[in-house]
Amino acid sequence: MSVLIYLIPASLGLGLLGLATFLWSLKAGQYEDMDGTAARILLDEEDVPASAKSDGASLR
Amino acid sequence: MSCCSASVMVGPTDPPADDQPGAAVQDELWLESREIAPGQRLSELSVPTIHCVGCIRTIEEGLKAVPGVLDARVNLTAKRVSVQWEGSRAPALIETLKDLGYAAHPWQAAGEKKDEVLARLLRALAVAGFASSNIMLLSVSVWSGADAQARDIFHWISALIALPVLIYSGRIFYLSAWSALRRGHTNMDVPISIGISLAFCLSLYDTMRSGPHAYFDGVVMLLFFLLIGRTLDHVMRERTRSAVKGLARLASKGALVEKEDGTRAYLPVEEIQVGSRVIVAAGERIPVDARVLAGSSDLDAALVTGESDPQPVGPGAQLQAGTLNLTGPLTLEATATVQNSFLSEMVRLMEAAEAGRSTYRRIADRVSRLFAPTVHTLSFLSFLGWMVATGDPHRAITIAVAVLIITCPCALGLSVPMVQVVAARRLFDRGILLKDGGGLERMAEIDTVVFDKTGTLTLGRPVLQNRNGLDSDHLDLAAALAAHSRHPHSRALVDAHPTARPTAFIEVAERPGFGVEARLGEDVYRLGLPAWALADQAQQREVANKTVLSKNGKLLAAYSFIDPLRPEAAAALRDLQRKGLKLEILSGDHQAAVEALARKVGVSAWQARMRPADKTARLTALAEQGRKVLMVGDGLNDAPALAAAHVSMAPANAADVGRNAADLVFLGEGLDAVPEAFAVAKRSARLVRQNFALSFTYNAIALPFAILGFVTPLFASVAMSCSSIVVVANAMRLNRGARRRNPEASGTMSNSIRVNPEPVR
Repeated sequence: MSVLIYLIPASLGLGLLGLATFLWSLKAGQYEDMDGTAARILLDEEDVPASAKSDGASLR
Repeated sequence: MSCCSASVMVGPTDPPADDQPGAAVQDELWLESREIAPGQRLSELSVPTIHCVGCIRTIEEGLKAVPGVLDARVNLTAKRVSVQWEGSRAPALIETLKDLGYAAHPWQAAGEKKDEVLARLLRALAVAGFASSNIMLLSVSVWSGADAQARDIFHWISALIALPVLIYSGRIFYLSAWSALRRGHTNMDVPISIGISLAFCLSLYDTMRSGPHAYFDGVVMLLFFLLIGRTLDHVMRERTRSAVKGLARLASKGALVEKEDGTRAYLPVEEIQVGSRVIVAAGERIPVDARVLAGSSDLDAALVTGESDPQPVGPGAQLQAGTLNLTGPLTLEATATVQNSFLSEMVRLMEAAEAGRSTYRRIADRVSRLFAPTVHTLSFLSFLGWMVATGDPHRAITIAVAVLIITCPCALGLSVPMVQVVAARRLFDRGILLKDGGGLERMAEIDTVVFDKTGTLTLGRPVLQNRNGLDSDHLDLAAALAAHSRHPHSRALVDAHPTARPTAFIEVAERPGFGVEARLGEDVYRLGLPAWALADQAQQREVANKTVLSKNGKLLAAYSFIDPLRPEAAAALRDLQRKGLKLEILSGDHQAAVEALARKVGVSAWQARMRPADKTARLTALAEQGRKVLMVGDGLNDAPALAAAHVSMAPANAADVGRNAADLVFLGEGLDAVPEAFAVAKRSARLVRQNFALSFTYNAIALPFAILGFVTPLFASVAMSCSSIVVVANAMRLNRGARRRNPEASGTMSNSIRVNPEPVR
């Protein structure tokens, strides 16, 4: 029984972590161009997501 | 990566890229761009032919090399390029892209905000998904027999997770239900809101009294499933709508205006006054209704009146906004502002037609209108019944809530959007864009199809007739001369003979209204009207309606052109007739042309010389007879009729007013899109009905258990998930066999715009 005191918060914490990561990736524009991202791994140049480049509002 | 040989990819839906000469495009880019920092502007360009990683590299590197461009970023999914640039004039973006082999158009929506609704739905969905999986973990341990103490703790934790989710994710339903109630009617969201709130409160009460059952899992799962349906619905509508918006635009945004002091400025069309002098170069569209002051040219009015042959115009002629100036520069005097121009009149007619059309209520709304009161009555009756039978209010409320939860339209909420998303995807693979789900539902009801002629049944551009019987040396000369002109007949000559030997003509000059003239050594060659090109009057009469090539006034060759039927037109019309639909042709073109075509495609009901208002009147008359009409048209003159029809369809190269009015837009050239769309609409209507039947069967089975008080939270969760999965699986059947049956489907698309309607992000 006492083990639940660690395990439940741990499982909820991990779940929240996953949720936060998803919301962050959504906000960071990682779902803006799903096909493009797949294709860009074939390019050699340095590549960063659109919003990380320049000031976020400019390119998306 | 052979798909990147860009020159072969210029598809049929691209407008002739040289429709607009350089300077005007630059000014237009400026008008369309938005400022993001002092001195820096952002333009978005729609580039329909971006395909693969090679295209990304070519375009980004090519654009970054243009002076003034700070950054360029391709979005492969949306087929768009965002370009950041600085300077007082837009860099030559469109020209650069054209040189690289990509046709591009300014994207209207630069500056449009991100899709806020979608982002909110996705966040709500993510939160509900997280909560339902975690609460389910706790619930499973309760169901598998946790002792009373652990059960209470689990219930409390579930309540703690469920409450914020109910507020955060549930507000989408609360807000919608509230706005419906405030306007005095009810929608599907009302029983949902009442159901989840009641269930939550009751479960909370039971948790406090350490009762054995709590519905937190059911509540959150319900939210999760319903949000999936809601998100799918939204994604489908927005994606295809923006794809349609992003197609090539035809109306000009601005025009070159000559001021009184003789200076010229490129102004937005809204600023053109009556009496302004406007200069329209060859290849541009007439921005407002105007009279010709100087210059002569040929005008292509196909989109405006439906007339297929270009009209010569000279000083004094009245021009309608939206017609295309083909051969010579014109100086015009505006006779109306843009608000009073032909185009705006069409928009007004369209709005009137739309207002007159009986509002179509979507199937889901109609069902929920019946559904909500039924569920409430049943739930209330079971409460009363149990009150009377046992006199235990807690028991009665528990059962009433169980009835609400078990009947909550989970499967109903998923069944329609799911089918429509799959159908939209299916149509998309065939190059048909669906603007909203309602259009698909209405499409399934039609019994009559009305076609426009020019540009709809036909391609709307002439091609050379009996190409094989012609002297190839003369054709060489003609094609070389024709390359200097924008006249549709010249274009057709060049298209018919793309391998023409280059000929060293000198002093090439286009005589607007007549043709092209050039010298080769001592000889004068003319290509154009017989009356101008030929010296001999008898010969002129002989070839009166043809385009001739002459050498020093002597006839070398005469060419005739036809506006060919769209590919598959005859087969498509036969197919529609076989399916029991009545066909009709309404055209603005002259009698003879319409009659000949109607006979060729086997349609007996046709009317010629129809003005836009006549077409609308005809459609209204048909609607009054109780007919459900599908209108297929492309021109500006069809736009009001498209809006008046029960459902409407337009080709991608239609005038944008018409395209915006249409419910479906097809990208390929073939008219087989019409029967295809009809077939898909029919099948999805059947699937929607099946899904409703499934949901109702499920309710009919589960409801007695709920009313009799046998429903536990476990039972509710299992029943809810099963019904949703069954409905989704049934919707997927629409896709079955699609890939196998249409191996060429992706081929038709590769030439055109691709958006990604994949619902899953």
